Amino acid sequence: MSEQPVRQLGHAIHAEFTKITTTRLWWMLALIMIVYVALVAGGLTAILASVGGSRGPQITDAQRAPLIYSFGSSIGYVFPVLLGALVTTSEFRHKTLTPTFLAMPRRGRILVAKLVALTVFGGLFGVLAMASSIGAGSGVMALFSQDARLTDPAIWALAGRAVLAMALWCSVGVGLGVLIPSQVAAIVIVLAFTQFVEPILRFASGLTDVTAQIGQYLPGSASDALVGSSFYSLTAPTVVGLDWWQGALVLLAYAVVASFLGFFTSWRRDVT
Amino acid sequence: MPAGVTIEFTHLTKRFGSGSGSVDAVSDLSFTVEPGQITGFLGPNGAGKTTTLRMLLGLVAPTSGTATFGGVSYRSLAHPLSTVGSALEAASFHPGRTAADHLRVYAQAAGLPRQRVGVVLEQVGLEQYGSRRVGGYSLGMRQRLGLASALLGDPSVLVLDEPINGLDPEGIRWIRLFLRQLAAEGRTILVSSHLLSEVQQSVDEVVIIAHGTLIHRGSLASLDMTETRQVIVDAPDRVALQLALTAAGYHFSSLRGGVIVENADAEAVGRTAFDAGVTLSSLSQKRTGLEDSFLALVGEEGAL
Repeated sequence: MSEQPVRQLGHAIHAEFTKITTTRLWWMLALIMIVYVALVAGGLTAILASVGGSRGPQITDAQRAPLIYSFGSSIGYVFPVLLGALVTTSEFRHKTLTPTFLAMPRRGRILVAKLVALTVFGGLFGVLAMASSIGAGSGVMALFSQDARLTDPAIWALAGRAVLAMALWCSVGVGLGVLIPSQVAAIVIVLAFTQFVEPILRFASGLTDVTAQIGQYLPGSASDALVGSSFYSLTAPTVVGLDWWQGALVLLAYAVVASFLGFFTSWRRDVT
Repeated sequence: MPAGVTIEFTHLTKRFGSGSGSVDAVSDLSFTVEPGQITGFLGPNGAGKTTTLRMLLGLVAPTSGTATFGGVSYRSLAHPLSTVGSALEAASFHPGRTAADHLRVYAQAAGLPRQRVGVVLEQVGLEQYGSRRVGGYSLGMRQRLGLASALLGDPSVLVLDEPINGLDPEGIRWIRLFLRQLAAEGRTILVSSHLLSEVQQSVDEVVIIAHGTLIHRGSLASLDMTETRQVIVDAPDRVALQLALTAAGYHFSSLRGGVIVENADAEAVGRTAFDAGVTLSSLSQKRTGLEDSFLALVGEEGAL
């Protein structure tokens, strides 16, 4: 009796992994992410190096590498969110919840399995995104004879925290997907929030001390606190920072709360 | 495959909405489905068949009542896919996934050996198409893939919602033989359909519902309602025949091709004519067709 749920959960996680790898979605998203991150990280390194220190934000040699490398997660995070949300909403859209719940009628276990499988996949996206930002960024820095700091342990600690952030973002996507089962609505919300609403909120919240206290709990701020460096820290110098582990917990809380609400609203509903 | 299991529906009710606007999709439905035979679950579209089957499979929560497999609800089954195989009307596949991968996902979820995927694809005749994406499948192939999913766990109970819908004549013949063979192996088989003629040649028992309530339960032969039978009779001297029938107290209607006598028996009508000395040119019993009985039972909507 005690072993059964654990074994069932193992089967469910196995099946959720297979669901992700047997459609084209994951590698298409990964491919776009890698190209996008490489262009931004490499391109920005080149631009900053060419204009020199006369214009734009002042970036020291010590700031440059972590700033460029953190693009892997600071612009790449939308991809694991989309993966988590699309994989989850496609169960509703293609009515595959029916065979899923027939194979395993314990719905809570399936949602946990989905969160586990996609968190791992989000980590994989993190590895790919950081490989892209570090690869492209350090390559261009080498061209301009700048210090890419690849032997600095702090850089690799940042990469590790970025991978964790990407993993957590993917689970936030799952939570969003169960909360908003309409695939189109979920995509619109992800894009509008991450690309438009949140950047404005973060900028506006930085204007007063009180709102800044609240603003640090926005998912993007929490993610930047976790990773430890991003271009926001340059544009909004008064940012109140959470510790990296607090940032991780805030992101995890978003994923858990959204999944929990989604479980009670859409996941447990009649499947017709 | 374990021994056959009886499906039991007990006072099963599903109410959609609440207050005065509520609708009973299924109301107080009670019947059993026995192993070793094919039971047809019939009713017009919208009668509540799919809702009933989805409640049986734990996908829709009943408002009251229960539906179980030998007393155990679907959600409480230790190995659901190895006990009950089901294919529901809205075939649910991810179009971008291949048939073999689709089956692999659910075999893994249920902890079934990977070899089952190849076995069931072969059973339904899709072994050559397993590596094709389901998005390119025809309706007939999707029906077969649905059946393959149902067979994954080699279950003793099969629940199939409209499995014949959309099949070509060759496919219909194939599924009839296939279901026969599965029933002969001792499995419990419940097949829904909105057309009696679709399943007439396959089923042993029928359960008929309309507006969510049970209206008939029995063998297929029980549908042949003898109480409404008619006799068609004719004589060269039609007037003499009609006088004899009137004298014997029959109700009849005279048509060009003969006289239709209501609620009559060919032997009794023949004797009436013989006693009256009327020579008959034809005499036959007209049995109401199964489909007519079915339509009479389910009412006007059945004519769709």
